Amino acid sequence: MDIIVCVKRVPMTQEVDLEIDDSGKDIKKDALAYVVNDWDNYAIEESVLLKEKLDGTVTVITVGDEDDEDVLRRALAMGADKAIRIEPGELELDGFLISNILAQVIKGLEYDLVLTGVQADDDNFGMVGIMLAERLGLAHSAVVTGFEAEGSEATINVELEGGLDEVSKIKLPALLSIQTGINEPRYVSIMGIRKAGKKELNVVKVEDIGLSDEELVRQTIIEEYFLPPETEGAEMIEGDPSNIAEAILRILKEKGVSV
Amino acid sequence: MAGEKLFKGGEFLVVDALPEEIFTPEDFNKEQQMIAKSAEEFGIGEIAAKSDDLVELNPELVRSLLKKAGDLGFLGADMPEIYGGSELDKVSSSLVTEWISQGITSFAVAYGAHTGIGSLPIALFGTPEQKKKYVPKLASGEMVGAFALTEPGHGTDALTSDTTAVLSEDGKYYTVNGQKQFITNAGFADLFITFAQVDGEKFSSFIVERNWDGISLDEEEKKMGVHGTSTRAVIFQDVKVPVENVLGEVGRGHIVALNTLSIGRYKISPLAVGSAKLLISEGVKYAKGRVQFGRPICEFGLIKHKIAEMVIKTYVNESMVYRSAGLLDMTVEGIDPSSEEAGEKTGEALRKYALECSINKVFGSEMLDYIVDECVQIMGGYGYIQDNLVESAYRDSRINRIWEGTNEINRLLIVDMMMKAAKKGELPLVEAIKKVTGELLSLRPQMGEEKEVLENERRMVSMTKKIGLIAAGAATQKYMEKLAGQQELVALIADIVIQIFAMESVLLRTLKKIQKDGKEKSEIHIAATRVYINDVFPKIDLLARQIFGAISEGEELKTQLMALKKFARYTPINCIDLRREIADSIIPTASYHLTKR
Ligand SMILES: Cc1cc2nc3c(=O)[nH]c(=O)nc-3n(C[C@H](O)[C@H](O)[C@H](O)COP(=O)(O)OP(=O)(O)OC[C@H]3O[C@@H](n4cnc5c(N)ncnc54)[C@H](O)[C@@H]3O)c2cc1C
Repeated sequence: MDIIVCVKRVPMTQEVDLEIDDSGKDIKKDALAYVVNDWDNYAIEESVLLKEKLDGTVTVITVGDEDDEDVLRRALAMGADKAIRIEPGELELDGFLISNILAQVIKGLEYDLVLTGVQADDDNFGMVGIMLAERLGLAHSAVVTGFEAEGSEATINVELEGGLDEVSKIKLPALLSIQTGINEPRYVSIMGIRKAGKKELNVVKVEDIGLSDEELVRQTIIEEYFLPPETEGAEMIEGDPSNIAEAILRILKEKGVSV
Repeated sequence: MAGEKLFKGGEFLVVDALPEEIFTPEDFNKEQQMIAKSAEEFGIGEIAAKSDDLVELNPELVRSLLKKAGDLGFLGADMPEIYGGSELDKVSSSLVTEWISQGITSFAVAYGAHTGIGSLPIALFGTPEQKKKYVPKLASGEMVGAFALTEPGHGTDALTSDTTAVLSEDGKYYTVNGQKQFITNAGFADLFITFAQVDGEKFSSFIVERNWDGISLDEEEKKMGVHGTSTRAVIFQDVKVPVENVLGEVGRGHIVALNTLSIGRYKISPLAVGSAKLLISEGVKYAKGRVQFGRPICEFGLIKHKIAEMVIKTYVNESMVYRSAGLLDMTVEGIDPSSEEAGEKTGEALRKYALECSINKVFGSEMLDYIVDECVQIMGGYGYIQDNLVESAYRDSRINRIWEGTNEINRLLIVDMMMKAAKKGELPLVEAIKKVTGELLSLRPQMGEEKEVLENERRMVSMTKKIGLIAAGAATQKYMEKLAGQQELVALIADIVIQIFAMESVLLRTLKKIQKDGKEKSEIHIAATRVYINDVFPKIDLLARQIFGAISEGEELKTQLMALKKFARYTPINCIDLRREIADSIIPTASYHLTKR
């Protein structure tokens, strides 16, 4: 089975006080550490597991600059076979344009399955997967938590609202947006890193993939970022866990919650 | 490695290196960065995630984690590929040490003792048969190693032993008797690298397997810190060790011990840097959350001072670690790891940098002690209460100044090695001292407007070397061969030497970064470098005064102080503002940010 996995490198923003940059249209990213988007990591693992079971190849692909190659190399170290980076140059990107670019490149490749993460940790739009499926004319399923291939079909599990689990069949080739927890991503080993160094990592310039200038235009523009205004009425409870628990209980009772 | 130059051990004392000649964290290649990341990911996912279970000793868990680390190639970092190791360069293996344990000292110590002193001696000094038999299992984590050198009667004085090894009549085995004290990993180790006296005088090393008859362990020690580690006495009673298990040559156990300790000493430094980075995060996060007088305490100047100092010292130490790693890598370049004498040759090459290794040990352990102390202080009373990383880190850190050679003995060694190298003609110390003395008359100290960034700091580093040289020169002249007997003096000289390496490493790293990324993207690095050097420089003056005061009087002292005055002149800068700038830059992310990740 030949699998293509679309991945993105994202800044780590947990426990960080984000600051808006001078343009007001982005956050300051200089001091942030970068990682592979968590959802994509599960997608990579799933593809490598499938390859180990069914043979075939795994190709990872990203739209991004040289620093973004880190996540491609990481995927190669986990077991992917090939990597492609599409260099966007000065192009301003949004999900629409990224899916357009990815579709154009993927069209020229052999595949039975395309995987993306459900969403990216940085902007949480969750649109590249579904738009890419549309452009490639593929069946699509999102929030996939299980995958079992059977010939030209696959049985998939999809997580629904409220914790429901849906089991369905999907025709291949298909595009699946992978949910975290579908597997347990492996750690990158030193042996893997060594092998990754010898694998193919191709860089393609966006102007060379055959899209016209009109097609290389984003459809959404971020106007402004702002931090939510500070509101009144929050009470910070301090102390050890048992004091905190007591205080919460007291407040709930005061507010009329029967506990 | 592009323009880096292979300096000799200790050469930093007499040569002003250029930025492009040293290795810095900004020179990490892609593979090195990936290795760091993979160690970090493993550390977060497997070690930090189990921190609660690692607070107290849990041998099964530690062993299983070591095995997992072995499967991923981390344990074999410093071991040859032909024997199942991953054979990383020293930069990479330092990065693994820095990132893998995520501040969980019980794992860090077990990992360090196993991979370093518990395995390396075989990889370096073992016969091909010994290597074939043990190294693959040590690299995979199937076997856990320990290093049993210390005895009740031999701590610092470790190169002689009360343990005896007597060759059997048929010449097939040695009978070993004795007791080893405070042995890390003892409780679950499969293998001990140990030392004993053959024929009363030949200090020799042996590989001893745990399951052989006659080996027993005392109770677990109750320790101040590192509670999750095993520390026990190992008792050998008529243990029959086959002659095949003599490690290195009979009578040359000190070679095994010293080389191993040298690398062990060095490794304390990346470990300290790794812990420091985590503690900085803990401290800053706490300072952001803790409100007093209506403000988060991170907004107070004195807390900012602490935050900045932690960042600065970590940055300096990190610069030293990777400069040293770069040197170690360059010196072993060209040794074919699959050749039989590879281990021996590697040991020999590494020995040349024993001075730098000791400097790293002393600086790293003292830097970390500073940081744990300030972290507790930032947390106030909460830092003194158990069950948080900072409180345990405070206790855990303390051991680093004691093991792998106490910091006292390492300070003595630093000067001893320097003097020996000079005597052997390996280090042109005497010539350098003569040159500085000659320069004295014509020297016109300048300190003023900088034409280039860090120009004043560069001058201060250069002057510190001169001060170090005249002070060491004067002390040697006075005491000659007997200098070693003047320990207090020797330690003062050692402190100057340590600071020369520290100041120069941070200066050159920052200059190299500016060359690469420009001034604007290096502002915090520049600030950290300026504060560090401007803070230390007057202390060098003080150290030198103490030295001169102790060895001279009258006219001679006057002349020396006049010379010192020329070298030590400087105009203070506003370090308060610089520290605030540094603190303000890290508070938003609460994460050490001077090395790109
Ligand atoms: C938790 C723990 C784990 C350990 N793990 C190991 C291990 O795995 N393997 C192992 O072999 N050992 C291990 N050790 C032992 C450790 O390396 C020794 O404790 C250390 O070398 C110091 O020896 P000592 O305790 O006998 O102190 P001493 O040698 O008695 O030193 C006491 C004091 O005297 C000073 N001193 C000694 N000699 C001189 C001198 N010539 N000049 C000036 N001052 C001097 C020292 O600096 C120190 O301040 C461990 C110890 C501990 C506590």
